[in-house]
Amino acid sequence: MKLDNNVKNALFEFLLRMGDDRLILGHRLSEWCGHAPVIEEDIALGNIALDLIGQASAFLNFAAGVEGKGRTEDDLAYFRNETEFKNLQLVEQPNVDFAHTIVRQYFFDVYSNLVLTNLTSCPVNELAGMASKSLKESKYHLRHSKQWLLRLGDGTDLSNEKTQNAVNNLWRFTKEIFDIDETEKLLIEKGIVPEMSGFREKWLDSINKTFMEAKLKLPEDNLDFSAGSRNGFHTEHLGHLLAEMQILARSYPGAKW
Amino acid sequence: MMYIAENEIWKLLETVFDPEIPVLNIVEMGIVREVNLNNNACEIKITPTYSGCPAMNTIENEIIKVLSKAGIKSVKVEKIFTETWTTDWIGQDARNKLRKYGIAPPEGESASDFYDNILTKNITCPYCKSTNTELTSEFGSTSCKSLHFCKDCHQPFEHFKCI
Repeated sequence: MKLDNNVKNALFEFLLRMGDDRLILGHRLSEWCGHAPVIEEDIALGNIALDLIGQASAFLNFAAGVEGKGRTEDDLAYFRNETEFKNLQLVEQPNVDFAHTIVRQYFFDVYSNLVLTNLTSCPVNELAGMASKSLKESKYHLRHSKQWLLRLGDGTDLSNEKTQNAVNNLWRFTKEIFDIDETEKLLIEKGIVPEMSGFREKWLDSINKTFMEAKLKLPEDNLDFSAGSRNGFHTEHLGHLLAEMQILARSYPGAKW
Repeated sequence: MMYIAENEIWKLLETVFDPEIPVLNIVEMGIVREVNLNNNACEIKITPTYSGCPAMNTIENEIIKVLSKAGIKSVKVEKIFTETWTTDWIGQDARNKLRKYGIAPPEGESASDFYDNILTKNITCPYCKSTNTELTSEFGSTSCKSLHFCKDCHQPFEHFKCI
């Protein structure tokens, strides 16, 4: 598919967003390795991290090709600085505790299922293929985070309190998820990315239903102060994560094992 | 000059096994999608089973090793995403091999909602064929398997997820 330069740039940006969301969240989840409350959960979080990092690798590899400047997926993952990362602020938030990890994951999984389902009908075959592959995985990720949310929310007083606390803390990072900027507008206009209007309503609808069942309360909508991650504005946590994730590749460029 | 036909390439590829499921070769798994032979240069298109499957690099190296050994000068392995891997590509023979090996083969079809409802399904135990089983976790020793427990023969077992 032959694309104009401005559309190519927008597609590159969009692919970075898709890849970075998954790379950063995957890295966060990998921090649980060996620390999860039970072994099944250790394996589950590790598996989800692996899926997400695999998805990131596909999206970033494709992004590098679209950019056409000879960069590789590894260059994009390890040699970009914080402000060049386009992941949502939600996914860079620290694990804190199991409740925060699950709430963050659930918010992301519901969103990811919406976006990926939408992208399966994208006319760029590679992107549609990556979306349909990722969607198969995203579906069971969502099943996992939702089941946990139900158990934690509708569990003991303490588990409910911790989960509600996580919801309250993370809520302010959810509004920017659905901001549609010039990049996405252009891709939608050119028919590359299918229409995304109404996503926030659909997302909220799913969250609402699960929260009712999980005995969790939706926070007041007055905490929306965080935004701009798609343009490289991040919370302080991303820099620390990148330092750890990138140190090996930057200390020993081209290292092989 | 030595000439190798395409069907011989496919046969050679059948000697490459998935390191995580050592009873199945990569052709049976549906990982190999295309073989393009041009003179003595060969291009193999493969698609990953799961996005993060850590076996892909090993498989790629193994393909190059096997084909080079057979005398093919130039081997290129390309990872493609235009086709989405599904357990529907695993044939009946391969499913029987899985069961014999102690892994319950994928039940259902990927297009149906079978796997969406996995939480309420009873996967057949590969050891005693009982359906009196329960899901322990959707995540197992590899991305492609879930953990189950048979309440009749008291044996934990893995199921090849139907996706």
